[in-house]
This record gives sequence, C-alpha cells and structure tokens, in this order.
Amino acid sequence: MHQLPQTLVNGLALGALYGLIAIGYTMVYGIVQLINFAHGEIVMIGAFGALTIHLWLPGGTPLPAALPLMLIGGAIASVAVATAAERFAYRPLRTAPRLAPLITAIGLSIALQQIVWAFYPDAKKSRGFPQFQGDAFELAGNLHLQRDDLFVLIAAPLCMLALGLFVAKSRTGRAMQATAQDPDTAKLMGINTDRIIVLAFAIGGAFAAVAAVAQGLRAGQINFEMGFILGLKAFTAAVLGGIGNIYGAMLGGVVLGIAEAAASTYIQHIPGMQQLGGGGWKDVWAFALLILVLLIRPQGLLGERVADRA
Amino acid sequence: MTALLEVNGLRVAYGKIEAVKGISFSVEAGQIVTLIGTNGAGKTTTLRTLSGLLKPLAGTIRFDGRPLAGIPAHRIVALGLAHSPEGRHIFPRLTIAENLQLGAFLRKDGEAIAKDVQRVYDLFPILGERARQAAGTLSGGEQQMLAMGRALMSRPKLLMLDEPSMGLSPIMMQRIMATITELKASGTTILLVEQNARAALSLADRGHVMEIGKIVLSGTGADLLHDESVRKAYLGED
Repeated sequence: MHQLPQTLVNGLALGALYGLIAIGYTMVYGIVQLINFAHGEIVMIGAFGALTIHLWLPGGTPLPAALPLMLIGGAIASVAVATAAERFAYRPLRTAPRLAPLITAIGLSIALQQIVWAFYPDAKKSRGFPQFQGDAFELAGNLHLQRDDLFVLIAAPLCMLALGLFVAKSRTGRAMQATAQDPDTAKLMGINTDRIIVLAFAIGGAFAAVAAVAQGLRAGQINFEMGFILGLKAFTAAVLGGIGNIYGAMLGGVVLGIAEAAASTYIQHIPGMQQLGGGGWKDVWAFALLILVLLIRPQGLLGERVADRA
Repeated sequence: MTALLEVNGLRVAYGKIEAVKGISFSVEAGQIVTLIGTNGAGKTTTLRTLSGLLKPLAGTIRFDGRPLAGIPAHRIVALGLAHSPEGRHIFPRLTIAENLQLGAFLRKDGEAIAKDVQRVYDLFPILGERARQAAGTLSGGEQQMLAMGRALMSRPKLLMLDEPSMGLSPIMMQRIMATITELKASGTTILLVEQNARAALSLADRGHVMEIGKIVLSGTGADLLHDESVRKAYLGED
C-alpha cells in the first residue's frame, strides 16, 4: 500500500495527458457525430511541429524559454492539419453514410504517419525530444513528481477550464452548444455551422499539440507511430467519460491513467497473476476497463443517455 | 406595391421524390397568410426551402425585394425572415434565457435585446419564471412558446410558424392562437403552416390549401372557411 500515493501521482500525469487528447475526440464527436480516428496523428504532427521549433532555436536555449515557442509551433502544425482534414476529407462526406468518414479517418491516419515517416528528416527512427534537467521533485518522503510531468499537470487543468468557460459563457461557445444539439435549427438562428465545425477541429488540434509536447517531455523521444496508441487510449478515455462531454473526457482520462498505473504496480503482486502485471500488460488492462464500462454504463461516466434529440 | 414575400413556381425534391411541385403565392406586409393541408402536402418543405435549409429544384423566391437564391440558411435570418420550425426544436440543454439569446444571435444591440427578452417574458410569463431552467424541462406548450419567442428575438419582418398548435392541449392552443393575433396587431407579418385548418383560417387574411405538393385552392381566410370542399376535407364536416 505504501506505493499508492506514487501510483496516483503517476496515473494523474498520464491521465491528464490522455484527457487533453480525449477532449479533441469529444469536441468533434459532440458536434458532427464523427470519431476522428486520425486524431492520434494530429497529436503526432504536433510533436513534430514542436520538435521543429526546438531544432530551429539556437542550441543551448533553456527549455523553459523554448517551451512556449514549441507549443506555438506544435499548435500551428496540429491545427493546420486538423482543419485541413475537416475541410478536404470530412466535409465532402458530411451527408454520406457514417462508414465513409470513418474509413476516411483511418486512411488519413495511415497517410499522415507515412508522410512524416517519408519526409521529416530522420523520422524513420525515433527522434530525441528535449527534457528538463535535474532530479524529480520530492513531494514527500519517497513520493516523487518527475520534472517533465509538472508541465501536463499544470497545462491540462488550465486548458480544460479555459475551454469549459469559453463554451459555457461566450457567444461563440453558445453557438457551439446550439450546433451540437440541433445543427439545422442553429442555422436558423444565423449561426454559420461550418465555421463552428472548423473551430471544433481547431480546438481539438490545439489541445493535441499541448498533449504532444507533454508526451515528448515524458518520453524524451517522439516517432511517427506515437499517435496510434495515444489516440486509442484517449478515445477510450473519451468513451469512458461519456463522449460529447468535455469534463467527462478529462475525467475519463484521469480514471484511465490511474487504472493503468495501478495495474502496472499492483497486479503483479496478486498471487497467480505475476506474469500479467508490470508495464507490458498495462494496455490490456486499459482496454479491459473500456469493455467493462461499455457493458455496465454504455453512456460513460458523465454521459447522458442519447434520447433527447427529438 | 410589391409583396414582402413572393414565391413563384417553387419546386423542391428529396432525391427523386418531388415534395413541392411548382407553387406560387405571396405574402403582403402586415398579413397573416396560412398554408393548410394534410401531412405530406409539402407545407413544411416549403418553409424549410424559404429559410434556406433546403435547395429548390426550380422557381424563384423574392423576399423584401431581393431574390433568395443561393443565400445560405444562416444568412437568411439576417434579412428578416425567422422560422419557428415544426416540432419546436428548442435547444434542450440550454436554458430558456440562452435559447432566447440565440434567437438574437446576429444582433449587436445589447440593450434592445434585453428589452425584447422582456417582451417575450411579458407575452409568455411562464418563460420568465423559468428563465434559468434547461429548455428541455418545459412542457410541449411551453416549448412552443419558447420557439415562437426565440424566432421573434431576431425582430423579423416575416415570421414563419410551422405547426405551432401541434400536440398542444386545447387551452394551450387557444393561447398560442391568441398570441398570433396579438403579434399581427403589433405589425408582424406571419406565414402560418397548420394542420388545424379551422384555427388557422379564422386568423388568416389569406389561405392556400396544399395537396401533395400543389396549391389546389386559394382565397381569403373567411372564404375558405365557408368553402364546401374545404369544410368536407379539412374541417371534418359533412
């Protein structure tokens, strides 16, 4: 049990990262009922955008100074690709059967991976990503917080709260809610729903870039395939929390992150399950949790039953 | 004098099925004009085309002197054409006050908007009492009031109401019809689509009877109320 606080801290950092990506899935789904399976690749693109800025900056630029610029670079790359995907891949299919955009998303996901693999310098293997220097922070005796985790633990709640306020209070945010609830009627109010949809993709892209930088810091490296498992986990988090709900996405991320950390720490101590514990099996437990939630509470933790669309 | 709304030879299709097969009518400023007819006559399709949600196959629509062809739905409300859709379509998870604010989405005159919200609350006091409540919690009749109030919030030159009495109790229906009369008295021009022909014709200056995509009979409200065929087909009399 003495490992519990450390497990929670690790899980929280991982979960905050999942949550940031999950918000991108949930925003887009909430407005166009599309699972953008290329969203993991939007994260990957953001990571390479941030790395590009890092490589441009003069050597020896301290990381705290470089970080804001890297975030901007990552966000520009992610937002550009996400909105282009909406405009050229998804919008022409908006009235098509739902399978068509889904297959398009998978195709786009593979295409984006291959483009980075083929054209980004040295991207055929992992590329190093800068990390903070120095030891982990000691929060209490034996309880540590990795320096690189501090970033996501600050950025994720800030991003989520800012988005929550924007959606609830601003004129554009209200237009987003109206478009999510009833797109045709939103048009009758004078809302340009095409622009609202682009905005949802753009916000998802910006959050993906923040998550990408967080992941780069944690791992110290990025690669063209990194979006696949991150995207899948974040999708799980979005469903777990109740797809379409911003706070649900973050909650789902945190629950998933903690579950994963707990599974890697504890399952190996259960008699007879030694070989099912440790980091190697954490993905299995994460997806087992998804299946469990889908069986018990298919609308997710904070989701509403889908019945109110008359 | 030219009419506020002029529809000429309008044809609208869903895929290969033509729902509106060449209709022409006009609405003069200050009038109530009603389209009556059974389900599937093409009334709702007509309104959805006027507000830009559907693209016409052929025909012209002139509103306030300008053709509406090619103008997207979200720009049409800015021209002064508001649409309270069939089935109310309020935003269920937003509050009543937020629904009304969305009705004024394109307006920038904050103070006048606040006054108009108050006007809607005066018209429908129940909405004022429940301003902070989610609109989905309202009863059907109250939702209809909200849908009408929301459409009024754009200060339209022409208000299109699609089946405002659908699914309402007789008392609630009387309230809605009385409100439509009040709106007319205050100078609002109204295009009313109704299945309740008697109520609609009693209010209307002019009426058009639609059957499977065509206008088969037109006249003043009073004329149609007393027309033999209308009485048989739509007013349930022998």
